[in-house]
Amino acid sequence: MLGCPQVPVQTGIALYLINRLKKAGLTPVVAGNKAANTLLVVSDPDRHYVGEVIDLDRAVGLISDKKRDFDRCFVFVHNDAGVTYAATMGAISGAKLYALVYGEHFEEQAKKIDFPCTVIAAKAVHNPLPLKKAIDEVAPWAA
Amino acid sequence: MGCVESMNYEIVLRDATFRESREYVRSNFKESIDVQPGFKVFDVHVIGLPPIAIGLDGDFVIFPYTKPCHGTFLLRVEDREEAVRLRALKKVSRA
Repeated sequence: MLGCPQVPVQTGIALYLINRLKKAGLTPVVAGNKAANTLLVVSDPDRHYVGEVIDLDRAVGLISDKKRDFDRCFVFVHNDAGVTYAATMGAISGAKLYALVYGEHFEEQAKKIDFPCTVIAAKAVHNPLPLKKAIDEVAPWAA
Repeated sequence: MGCVESMNYEIVLRDATFRESREYVRSNFKESIDVQPGFKVFDVHVIGLPPIAIGLDGDFVIFPYTKPCHGTFLLRVEDREEAVRLRALKKVSRA
């Protein structure tokens, strides 16, 4: 579940995570707003990595209505809205929840997370490597 | 939530955090109902940290709407039917 794409690392980390999940035999589905989804699709024109992409609000609706659900859910969080979406997924979905917290104010956002989930946090704004390293340490594709 | 754009809404609070929005509803409206994420207000699945406070003020329904890039907005929409429906749910949950 993508957040606002204003922090550059989101698209790169999303593609990385999709790749790792696919290699582990999982089928990633991306949900985001139009800009976030388009950034991802344009970055992978031959769709080597990106599979199904759905609108964020539609995804919330489908899961709320119990028409769809997932085994794992990764929510990108760099602002209060991201925390809000992560909390929502924790409430409506049966998925194992991961909050990927990044950006300039990642500690402030991570402190707001008081609901059950695995928090993977790093100060990553332009350089995705700190967040990639934090994700690799947890290896959620193997869980 | 494309239908939000088609609603005749007034923005009560903008660029707020979700918690600020919840406190605003509880502090500024005599009537409110707590709901869980995914609950439908009009045709909108509300999102947020549970519980989500929905305000009621006469025929007006006040509910949070979060956009990924702009935070949480508190919207005020006049709709007698929806206000009556939500009040009825409030009574059921207290029964």
